[in-house]
Amino acid sequence: MSFLESLRVSFRSIKANGLRSVLTMLGIIIGVAAVIAMVAIGEGTSASVANQINGLGSNLLIVSPGQATQGRVSLGAGSLNTLTLADAEKIAESEAVSGVAPSVNGRAQIVFGSNNYSTMLEGTTESFPDVRNVQVADGRFFSNFEVRKQMNVAVVGTEVVNNLFTGSSPIGQTIQINRIPFSIIGVLKSQGSSGMTNNDDRILIPVTTAMSRLTGGKNVGTIYVSAASANDMEKAQQDTRNALRSQHSLRPNEADDFRITSQSDILSTAQEVSSSMTTLLSGIAAISLIVGGIGVMNIMLVSVTERTREIGIRKAIGAKKRDIMRQFLIEAVTLSLIGGVVGILLGIGAALGVSKLGGMATAITISPILYAFLTSTIVGVVFGVYPARKAAQLKPIDALRYE
Amino acid sequence: MRPVIQMEDLKKRYQIGDQEIQALRGVSLSIETGDFVAIMGPSGSGKSSMMNVIGCLDKPTSGEFYLDGYPVSQAHDDELAEIRNQKIGFVFQNFNLLPRTTAVENVELPLLYAGTPAKERRERAIQALLDVGLGERLNNKPNELSGGQQQRVSIARALVNDPVILLADEPTGALDTKTSVEIMGIFQQLNNAGKTVILVTHEPDIAEYAKRIVRFRDGQIVSNEIVEERRRVLLEEVIT
Ligand SMILES: Nc1ncnc2c1ncn2[C@@H]1O[C@H](COP(=O)(O)OP(=O)(O)O)[C@@H](O)[C@H]1O
Ligand SMILES: [Mg+2]
Repeated sequence: MSFLESLRVSFRSIKANGLRSVLTMLGIIIGVAAVIAMVAIGEGTSASVANQINGLGSNLLIVSPGQATQGRVSLGAGSLNTLTLADAEKIAESEAVSGVAPSVNGRAQIVFGSNNYSTMLEGTTESFPDVRNVQVADGRFFSNFEVRKQMNVAVVGTEVVNNLFTGSSPIGQTIQINRIPFSIIGVLKSQGSSGMTNNDDRILIPVTTAMSRLTGGKNVGTIYVSAASANDMEKAQQDTRNALRSQHSLRPNEADDFRITSQSDILSTAQEVSSSMTTLLSGIAAISLIVGGIGVMNIMLVSVTERTREIGIRKAIGAKKRDIMRQFLIEAVTLSLIGGVVGILLGIGAALGVSKLGGMATAITISPILYAFLTSTIVGVVFGVYPARKAAQLKPIDALRYE
Repeated sequence: MRPVIQMEDLKKRYQIGDQEIQALRGVSLSIETGDFVAIMGPSGSGKSSMMNVIGCLDKPTSGEFYLDGYPVSQAHDDELAEIRNQKIGFVFQNFNLLPRTTAVENVELPLLYAGTPAKERRERAIQALLDVGLGERLNNKPNELSGGQQQRVSIARALVNDPVILLADEPTGALDTKTSVEIMGIFQQLNNAGKTVILVTHEPDIAEYAKRIVRFRDGQIVSNEIVEERRRVLLEEVIT
């Protein structure tokens, strides 16, 4: 019997045993769908994390205050108030550094007319847009002059605009920040949220104004430094460290009282985390695929037993061992393949659903699809061979006598 | 005329656990082309064992067996499958049709394994069903057919490859008298057309439609005689 005929016989028998065929495929469908969806979620998460980190700015260094220790217990990063505006100016002297943006943070209560809104307040300098890769959509950012003169100007995020102003342009309006009037000069371009923080829900004012009128004190929370180019990252980091050590008059045997984190550090840490997550997820999914394969074998074995008489009839009228072998093997592979295709579609659907409804980032790539396709074929062959051999070895007379 | 079946001292033993059953204890028989033989005997006397060996479904434990001049005793599994496919048409007591498969597809099966092209397969299957008077039931599945109709389908399947010999193990065992007579009519017609027919039955009046009766007891042939007053089914009876 030709291969094409074997194929037709197998297809007919799959169709004739509809419900059982579907049940056989179910394991594979679930396994493949799980692989596709899990990998899509894993890849999507890692891509969106990388995106967020790149969105922080280009060639960014983040300087944070050092950790205070009480006895031998660290109180955590940022627990010391060691950074100042003077530090920022000193760092800016390096030629490897293209911009420096010191920053203070806090929450603020904002009032416009009868509307009341609480949001993140960040005080910074005119370098902020370049250093942090932020654009102004409407109006302008504050200038060096406005920073030096501690002026009451503010640039707001779109979420703030949506909450305080209904339709009308906020540019030129005066709002109260903690009861102090500020005039709005610009609106930030929407960035969307990254993880837990919504980047559009914030308000930026000159760092000098923030320190003198809102947060108090002479220290800044963070200094963002951008290197002139990717090649300058190392030198910028070294220069920043030297500048701060001399600013803080640290002796050679004293430890740094600040910490410098580079963007690539964050990126590689995040990528390690998300790639181990992807591996874990696909591992779990792969196990479910194997379970699906065992399901195929299980039902094929039942099917061989149940169809012993059919095998007997086929042999009695001239089917050879290889005809029977081929029929059952093709059936197993076809079931696995159909299961694989349905699983792929279902997995893609699940991934899309998760990103639509759950707001989770997913990335559907071709490699897990090929991998799932290949695996389900292999599963079909591997778990189909044993039942098919069992069917082929049956003696016609025993198969016919089987009740 | 050359014998289509020739066997010498054929023995068949079955082993169930440590118990040994002698189903055939040295059978020698020769059947000419064109003969119509009824095999009779009590239950357990070895009739089916004999048919299974003739039909190449089972190998004898010892002895010689030539089918159409071919030494079957030495053939291995795939050769036997080919002989079953090319030279033998088998009709079973319980029909043994594939369930959920139409009449015409059931009849096509032997041609499928013979490698006949699809179009010719379909034509020959339809012709075989017409020959047994089932032209209007081509696309019915076995569960939509009466016992007699199912047996006709299985006869059509046995004939479709134009075998040298037609074997039927109690073909009327599951049928009522009227239907049995119809089925015997078909066998007689086929035999008249030159086909060698061997059938097993334990009903004496069914056996009398044959040309010769071979009787078995305890795995041995006890008599082999020509039927003197042969019954004939009237042609009109068959067509209706
Ligand atoms: N496949 C088999 N395995 C074991 N014993 C069998 C098998 N086929 C037949 N027998 C035994 O062989 C003897 C002859 O059986 P069989 O040829 O079926 O007789 P009949 O068809 O005349 O009733 C019986 O005792 C039966 O139980
Ligand atoms: Mg019997």
